[in-house]
Amino acid sequence: MTQELLRLEKIVKSFAGVQALKGVDLHINSGEITCLVGENGCGKSTLIKVISGVYQPDSGSIFIDGNSVSHLRPIDSIRSGIQVIYQDFSLFPNLSVAENLALNNQLSQGKRFVNWGEVRAIAQEALKRTDVNLPLDALVGDLSVADKQLIAISRAILQDARLVVMDEPTTALTGKEVAALFKVVRNLQAKGIAILFVSHKLNEVLEIAEKVVIMRNGEKVLDTPARELDVRKISYYMTGREIAESYYDYAPKPNETPLLKVEHLTLPGAFDDISFSLRGGEILGITGLLGSGRTELAKALFGESPAKSGTIHVKGQVVSIRSIQDAIRNHIGYVPEDRLTEGLFLQRSIGSNIVTSTLKQLLSRAGIVENKKVNSEIGQWVEDLRIKTRDVSLPVRSLSGGNQQRVVLAKWLSAKPEILILNGPTVGVDVGSKEELHQIIKDLAYKGMGIIIISDDIPELMATCNRILLMRRGRIGEELVTRQTGEGELSAKLRQSAV
Amino acid sequence: MANVQVSPTKLKNADAPRLSLDSLIPRDTSIIRLLVITIVLFVVFSLLKPATFPTPINLQSMAFQMSEIGILAIAVALTMISGGIDLSINATANLTAIAVASVITALAPAANTDAGTAATAVTLAILVGLAVGLICGLVNGSLVAYANIPPILATLGTLTLFTGIGTVVTEGAAIFAQERLAEVGNGVIFEIPVPLIIFLLVAVGVHFLLSKSRFGFELYMVGTNPQASRFSGINNRSVLLRTYIISGVLSALAGIVILGRTNAARIDFGDSYVLLAIMICVLGGIDPAGGFGRIIGVVLAVFALQLLSTGLNQVFFDNPGANFFRQFAWGATLLLVLLLNYFSARARQRKTSAR
Amino acid sequence: MLNLRALFARQEFIIFIVLVVLCAAIAIVNPTAFLTVPNAFRILRACIVIGIFALGALMVLISGGIDVSFPAIAISALYLSTLIIVDTGIDSVPLAFALGGLIGLALGLVNAVFIGIFKLPTLIVTLGTLNLFRGALLFFAGSVRIRLSEVTTNFADATRWNIITVPAARGEASLHFSILILLGLALLVWFILRYTMLGRAIYAIGGDREAAERAGFNIVRTQFFIYGFVGLLAGIAGIVFGILGREADPFSIVGTELDVIAAVVLGGASILGGRGTVVGTLLGVLLITVISSNLVLLGIPTEWQRFVIGALILIGVGIPALQGLRRRAQRTQLIGAV
Repeated sequence: MTQELLRLEKIVKSFAGVQALKGVDLHINSGEITCLVGENGCGKSTLIKVISGVYQPDSGSIFIDGNSVSHLRPIDSIRSGIQVIYQDFSLFPNLSVAENLALNNQLSQGKRFVNWGEVRAIAQEALKRTDVNLPLDALVGDLSVADKQLIAISRAILQDARLVVMDEPTTALTGKEVAALFKVVRNLQAKGIAILFVSHKLNEVLEIAEKVVIMRNGEKVLDTPARELDVRKISYYMTGREIAESYYDYAPKPNETPLLKVEHLTLPGAFDDISFSLRGGEILGITGLLGSGRTELAKALFGESPAKSGTIHVKGQVVSIRSIQDAIRNHIGYVPEDRLTEGLFLQRSIGSNIVTSTLKQLLSRAGIVENKKVNSEIGQWVEDLRIKTRDVSLPVRSLSGGNQQRVVLAKWLSAKPEILILNGPTVGVDVGSKEELHQIIKDLAYKGMGIIIISDDIPELMATCNRILLMRRGRIGEELVTRQTGEGELSAKLRQSAV
Repeated sequence: MANVQVSPTKLKNADAPRLSLDSLIPRDTSIIRLLVITIVLFVVFSLLKPATFPTPINLQSMAFQMSEIGILAIAVALTMISGGIDLSINATANLTAIAVASVITALAPAANTDAGTAATAVTLAILVGLAVGLICGLVNGSLVAYANIPPILATLGTLTLFTGIGTVVTEGAAIFAQERLAEVGNGVIFEIPVPLIIFLLVAVGVHFLLSKSRFGFELYMVGTNPQASRFSGINNRSVLLRTYIISGVLSALAGIVILGRTNAARIDFGDSYVLLAIMICVLGGIDPAGGFGRIIGVVLAVFALQLLSTGLNQVFFDNPGANFFRQFAWGATLLLVLLLNYFSARARQRKTSAR
Repeated sequence: MLNLRALFARQEFIIFIVLVVLCAAIAIVNPTAFLTVPNAFRILRACIVIGIFALGALMVLISGGIDVSFPAIAISALYLSTLIIVDTGIDSVPLAFALGGLIGLALGLVNAVFIGIFKLPTLIVTLGTLNLFRGALLFFAGSVRIRLSEVTTNFADATRWNIITVPAARGEASLHFSILILLGLALLVWFILRYTMLGRAIYAIGGDREAAERAGFNIVRTQFFIYGFVGLLAGIAGIVFGILGREADPFSIVGTELDVIAAVVLGGASILGGRGTVVGTLLGVLLITVISSNLVLLGIPTEWQRFVIGALILIGVGIPALQGLRRRAQRTQLIGAV
């Protein structure tokens, strides 16, 4: 028996003259799993904040359990059973699992003193409700991202949540962890709890959602059961145009020395006996589940955590890569997973970010930075990569996700690498920008660069790579040729490798 | 924050000679504010004490006094920009002074030593002193860059360590420099005090290092985000090591100037110099979190604090109370400037979001 | 369940071991001077003031801040209280403590305003207030050293309030009652940190400030408590200092900031916030005190004291730093082990 839990009617919200929500309707019933999708800036975050009471709508009505609510504050929202789990989880790394779980509960009860027995009991209850098993005394800071997320969800459930809103919950998770998360979500559904997902990963959306709500430019454009949709349709409604990514065509040249050849590369505890080669113009995909060692392999190739044994050949010559400087010297570039902390200097200008790796080539003979050289280098990349900004001296944090990723790319392209490794290149980037970034990557490959993409985004791998390596437990499990492998088959093989 | 969608490649100042590396505007307002404060202080004290304040003799005397702390402040500024701090600057300075004085005493002891020997002794002594600074900086840099110890704790340890070494060597007493460095500490060239010249040279040199060299650029990057800088191929360790070495050498230089002025090297000299240097840096706009700040700000802050200090001294007729009021005034000024920065940042934020 | 590896991973345990080893070494080399009750009393007495300071510094450090103004607060509290006692003629020790505490609290709240309301960086603010308070004290209140015995009787006599007295080689040796103040305060701070939501708020803020806000903690109120309480502790420490030394010298106390912070950090508190315990802090204080007063018994001349303490600080902070490096390396390895 489902009942209406939350209903929004004609919600309008503006900020400084810009309409973020232009009259949005939404209804959520108990026990329903709904996914909210849309490009960056479509209004999803604003809508979530209206639901959680952080923002007050300019006009429109909110009904909870059929009753009209005139002024929804965060505390009211929480008391009505609406819990939002943000992307950073809001957990305390220096406190134990038990304390993290019980803290909100103790605070909302206005407790002054701490009864540790009660804390443990509450924590255990929370874990029981979501059927999760974690050591109560472990420090949250020592746990993995997936575990932290489970704790965040357990904590939300404890508050007698009836609607759990999750903002991009699978961004940092790999396939196996996503499966575990979905299992928890279905458990909650069985208990009559409604889930509202915000996600960019359209494949996952289709897998878990019963209902999909698509927003574009502040309006709701579609609200249908998930079974009536596929990725292409969703992309179309999200962007208003057809996004059809084609395969990447690679034509091998005969007798060509591989750009990169790796033989028996080993790092105990991370990966073992890895051998493969990469030719100029190829885009090689590397994928795998948690523990497969794919990121460690990338970092070893880039010199960040070098391998213990094995050989690396660049353009036929044996090279030693024991530091990032070594990698750069061998014309290897690496675009990291976490662009905000590892890729960008947020407070510094767009221009500074672009020339960070290559400043040494922009010096005069006396070793002084030459303005003209610097400016022209910056200008070239802004143009080539179509970075949308009106002033390169603005801090890079003023850009959207897609544009920020282009800045990171620009930084690396400026160093003129011959081999470029991209780890999760379109994480957190919306569908429209994703396609453009893929095109940029393909163009680079056409010009002869050897590219390795590490990703668990199946459509991305299918659209960009000509070959895919499937890693499992630190070894290469299988090598697939994209054209000969269907998307479903790849997805299945990935899931199977968990066994 | 959404970016403005403009037809793609409208590059502002595309061919302008100005370096488009970083937006200077936020930093400029705090520099301007400092300049205003400095001028105001000068005017106020000149009005209060027209006979003794704005005189050449007084200006010269102020120039003598501020140079030593100025050099130390620049040393601290560099380490702060890198995202750390160097608490051992004073200990290094004193240790250097002790080393220099010891060499001079050993090689050119009495007043009747001939000029040639004296000159050699002094040169050698100065080289030894700078080497001491280099070694101290090397120790700091290694602890921070290679042992990964947080800078505040590493330099707290080395501060104690260096003080300990100095205590053992001098047994608490003073070592004299036989007046050989008088020219350095008390001399003038065309009426401009030598220490001031040294200070300004250092300021100009470091300014160019920071704004025009690869090292300076990388230093700002490391201070802003050490993870991103590592992934960008910047050798964090090398940058940090060099930063602390420069800090050590500058501290040594300050120690030599102090020795020149006082003629005596003591391990417990200048107790409050470290806190004062940090205060000057913060006043001068150096962000303690790292990555931001300009030398011109530090120089202005040194001027401002010196004006305040001497002005108060004169207003109080060289009454010992002046020292105390000065400390009070330092604290009040620092807090006032922090508040001013806070309010102006808030006003600026409101302006940009109410677009 | 004794998990040896987990135990060794804790800084508090390592410091404990170091302390034991050090004491054993000194005891072996010079048993007659070290292993005596008078010496133990001397060590404990030397721990008191720095111990009270350290408790305050611990709370600030856990919350993610650094406070260097507490010595200035302490001496201001001592000096002003003394002046008030002399002026009003009310020569009472409880009054001295009450005054000292109140003045300390008031000055601490000044810090709280800058840090809690204006959210200015803690090190810089307390650098400013350190100079502000000290300069104001010396300028407005006076710079004359006051010998308590010359102007009071009860207040001065408090130096003789001992709880235990034993005969010693030269006369007698005693343990001052203020050790009870230290122990009482230690217990109080321990209780607050472990068993009150206020204490957990301090850990939460030090762990992740934004998460603490979202969880519903009142950050401003907690900051006010922290800095006010630290001020209170400093004020009490100041009075104790005055009683033990039998004088109020406005030039004293300031200069010991870094030693106190070193003791707290050695005891396991992280300079970045979020961690630290009372037990560890007390051990750190004990370690620094034992070194300062007893190295000479190992045959190490007093000039080497600073050097040894400096080396110890470096080793003491080097261990958690290296541990951190190892833990990070381990985590990347764990990922491979499915």
